[in-house]
Amino acid sequence: MTARIGVVTFPGSLDDGDAARAVRLAGGEAVRLWHADADLHRVDAVVLPGGFSYGDYLRTGAIARFAPVMESIADGARGGLPVLGICNGFQILCEAHLLPGALTRNQHLHFRNRDQLLRIDSTATAFTNSYAPGQELLIPVKNGEGCYVADQRTLDELEATGRVVARYLGGNPNGSQRDIAAITNEAGNVVGIMPHPEHAVEALTGPSLDGLGFFTSILKHLAGVPAAAAAREPAHARGSVA
Amino acid sequence: MTAQTDAAEAGLDGADDFAGQPDTVQRAVATPHELQPYAELGLREDEYDRIRQILGRRPTQSELAMYSIMWSEHCSYKSSKVHLRQFGQKAPHSDRLLAGIGENAGVIQVSDRLAVTFKVESHNHPSFVEPYQGAATGVGGIVRDILAMGARPVAVMDPLRFGAADHPDTARVLPGVVAGVGGYGNCLGLPNIGGEVVFDPCYQGNPLVNALCIGVLPVDRLQNKAAAGAGNVVVLMGAKTGRDGIGGVSVLASATFDEASEQRRPSVQVGDPFTEKLLIEACLELYDARLVVGIQDLGGAGLTCALTETAAAAGTGMRVVLERVPLREPSMEAHEILASESQERMLLIVEPDKLPSVLKTAEKWGVLATAIGEVTERGEGDEPGRLVITWQDHTVVDVPPGSLADDGPVYARPMREPADLILLRADHAETLPRPTTGAELRETLLRMVASPNLCDRTWVTEQYDRYVLGNTVLAQPEDAGIIRIDEQTGLGVALSVDGNGRYARLDPYTGAKLALAESYRNVAVSGAVPLAVTNCLNFGSPEDPAVMWQFAEAVRGLADGCLELGIPVTGGNVSFYNQTGAAAIHPTPVVGVLGVLEDVAQRVPMGFTSDGDAIVLLGDTRVELSGSEWAWVTHEHLGGEPPRVDLARERVLAGVLAEAARVGHITAAHDLSDGGLAQALAESCLRRGKGARIAVPDEFADGSGPFVFLFSESAGRAIVSVPRGHEKAFAGLCEERGLPWTVIGVVDSSVAALDVRDQFSIGLDELRTAYTATLPELFGQAAAVAAAEATAPGTTATPADAAGAAVTSADADADAGVTEPRKPGRATTSARRRRSASADESGGEPEQVPEASGDEAPHS
Repeated sequence: MTARIGVVTFPGSLDDGDAARAVRLAGGEAVRLWHADADLHRVDAVVLPGGFSYGDYLRTGAIARFAPVMESIADGARGGLPVLGICNGFQILCEAHLLPGALTRNQHLHFRNRDQLLRIDSTATAFTNSYAPGQELLIPVKNGEGCYVADQRTLDELEATGRVVARYLGGNPNGSQRDIAAITNEAGNVVGIMPHPEHAVEALTGPSLDGLGFFTSILKHLAGVPAAAAAREPAHARGSVA
Repeated sequence: MTAQTDAAEAGLDGADDFAGQPDTVQRAVATPHELQPYAELGLREDEYDRIRQILGRRPTQSELAMYSIMWSEHCSYKSSKVHLRQFGQKAPHSDRLLAGIGENAGVIQVSDRLAVTFKVESHNHPSFVEPYQGAATGVGGIVRDILAMGARPVAVMDPLRFGAADHPDTARVLPGVVAGVGGYGNCLGLPNIGGEVVFDPCYQGNPLVNALCIGVLPVDRLQNKAAAGAGNVVVLMGAKTGRDGIGGVSVLASATFDEASEQRRPSVQVGDPFTEKLLIEACLELYDARLVVGIQDLGGAGLTCALTETAAAAGTGMRVVLERVPLREPSMEAHEILASESQERMLLIVEPDKLPSVLKTAEKWGVLATAIGEVTERGEGDEPGRLVITWQDHTVVDVPPGSLADDGPVYARPMREPADLILLRADHAETLPRPTTGAELRETLLRMVASPNLCDRTWVTEQYDRYVLGNTVLAQPEDAGIIRIDEQTGLGVALSVDGNGRYARLDPYTGAKLALAESYRNVAVSGAVPLAVTNCLNFGSPEDPAVMWQFAEAVRGLADGCLELGIPVTGGNVSFYNQTGAAAIHPTPVVGVLGVLEDVAQRVPMGFTSDGDAIVLLGDTRVELSGSEWAWVTHEHLGGEPPRVDLARERVLAGVLAEAARVGHITAAHDLSDGGLAQALAESCLRRGKGARIAVPDEFADGSGPFVFLFSESAGRAIVSVPRGHEKAFAGLCEERGLPWTVIGVVDSSVAALDVRDQFSIGLDELRTAYTATLPELFGQAAAVAAAEATAPGTTATPADAAGAAVTSADADADAGVTEPRKPGRATTSARRRRSASADESGGEPEQVPEASGDEAPHS
């Protein structure tokens, strides 16, 4: 059976269609989830896409974090549901405390869109198991607030426990501490990444096909860990009641 | 003067009855001699008299406000109308045209199922007064035009023109404009796929901020603006109405700039892209559910324009209850509500039984939707209906809507060729001293690629999202932007937008044709077949006969050109009064051409890709240096005749390119324009980091021949790279179509240089450094500060932040993905300039009360 990958649409989400396309190209079934609907519709994993949820006028991700769908996702994530936050999705995951640290305004203060070289530092996550350790990827980055910051202790801990998933190579596009582009939680089921793997899945429209691995990884992960589905059941039950 | 005193002076019985009331129709009838500020609102005396004649009485305050904005140059096209008719009269017939001039935007069918709509508009004056918001709302406005046709907006482009690159005020305007275009477009989720950044002192006090949007719709989803069907409900959807932008079209867009421009800031609208994004999604859902009869965006002239145009288009009347309009400021008065240009609003005409569904969809997307009135019957004897607007139970407006929307004044303004033109055109750049030695040519090329008009645009374009929606097949710096519009079939559209003010200054007729030719060629080199044209005509004051002559000539040139190329103008925009004092900008017709590709996989990029590919120059190179970038950069010279334009040749070139792309004869193609062959070669080499070895053809071998070969700006030319095995077939194709072709070199990455035999060689690293350094040096730090001001009012960037801004510079080469750290010290001059400029601004003028209501606002 095809894995069902939920893609959330918040008001102001912009890359939701792109994330859904990437899921399809990887061989999964994209299930659109609505911010106001707490029901996760039996999805096996969730992608929080890029954009400016609720306009991001307050602080990026600060309002999205309180959306009904996010309560279900947070519950699910604690129970092992794989969740990938891209750009605004990463910001939301930090606001929701599913990942440590925060994304702040780019050090140079510009919105910046460029094709960015990354290095995969951890393949031990639900979204990076298709890559080789140390593999270099060329993926678009595009953000105004993508500067990853955390206190020194957290940064040390992320590095010591192998939770830095990817780093910027050949120039840090936003001033992120220790060149961090992506991180994961302790369990490896929640990943936040600032660049956009969903924009590097077709030769015609992207700088490479390097982003597809994030989406094939999750299918591989789901195929390999049937137990995860059981762990998520209670989360769905709670979600649909809410 | 005040209304109250005049009413009292009129000494009429019952004048007191009107005390404390708005200026109603009843009151207008009772006080016919009341003086009205028509001149202050930009109306001429004869225009005011005509309003009185139409109404059979003096207009009320609200009616006067409505006429003044609808009869402004911006809305009525009163000076341009007589010329613009040529676009319709000379338009070649097209079965594909579903909607043309006069609609919000032209619509062209591109397949059995799909149509495309596109248009370019100006937001010049607001962007000078308030760069960030002016540019942002320029994008927002054109996006709503596209949305109103039933289309999903899928991409934007931004042709921009600024004063001299090193002028201190350019460091204020450019970063704000770029941040505004990006801030709005990025937040809407629209890829920015191209545009222009041009510097010329003539735009110093009057930058040009044009914005183009393209949208896609299923053919059967086409919308129209007619408020048909008496009894239907008039719904206002989107943002609340505030005092921003009052008089934008009459005060800002239809008058010449002077020293008081700074005080016009309250006339600039403020954008909220998040609301616009929701508005887009809500509208598209309404269209798909067939819930609207008619729709119109609110842009210039706000509610006034939308109400009168929708009613006039159907010939119906309309009754509107103005206090139902949701307000941001409850103290607003009727005429202010009618004139407000608050952004992110749409006017919907809805059948009564569908109203609940409409309101529900709006609620789902979190946008306000309010029934503010209803469509009423036509008058007796099939006369058009009347627009009646009440305010607190008083009738403040009762007008025939067509008199505002369609029957504004039309002027055939006096025209005279500019007195200096004969001398200007006699001063040929072909007589200027030219470089001849290899060393001189090398130095010239490096200086040219580093010049503000030819250098790398990454500093600008990397502030725009070009990836969102996942259908961008080509984007800047490519010649044309290409968007895939059907994932199943690969159907796509290509768009380019071009203009050259210097050419148009020398000869507006030819200049307009050259802009059209360049845009057409840019679409053709990308492998697409050109289909339709949009234009934004940026000119000085129409009251100046010399400007009016330039305008008439440019329109004639563009209309003739479209006829020759066989593609129609589908819509556009005129922007007059682009001048500071008596000095007008160069006449600047900006032309957008739309093309179609059956399969976007056949698109042709501009960068050389494969070693051994033959580099072929297509077209004829003549000694054409007048108006050229070389003449300007090297000699600050503008004079002579612009390059010759041969549109029949352009058609042949486009035909060859389309066929070659279809059968795979070419791996890269690049248009030749500003900077000539040298610039095109530099860009095609740098794009993918491939070197090239070039040989100057024999006919250009002597004297200044190599220089002419490299820097002439003859039109109708392109370079292509032809892979091994295709040379013969490609040459055969050119012969068959009668297109001159010359093999001038070969792609060769082993040399890692642009090597011109017997002349010079420039390493790609050196070339890239020259090409990419200019804009970061000019704007590196200034932009950082401007962006901070725009997005976080009240905060100031720290010097550390500003220094950080200059640390990295982008790399034009998408493949490289590697950037070199740049020394922070290099941009200090412009940063210092910027700081002093921002200090002036952050002196913090208090919020000003809009001029139009200054004497009546209760809080003042």
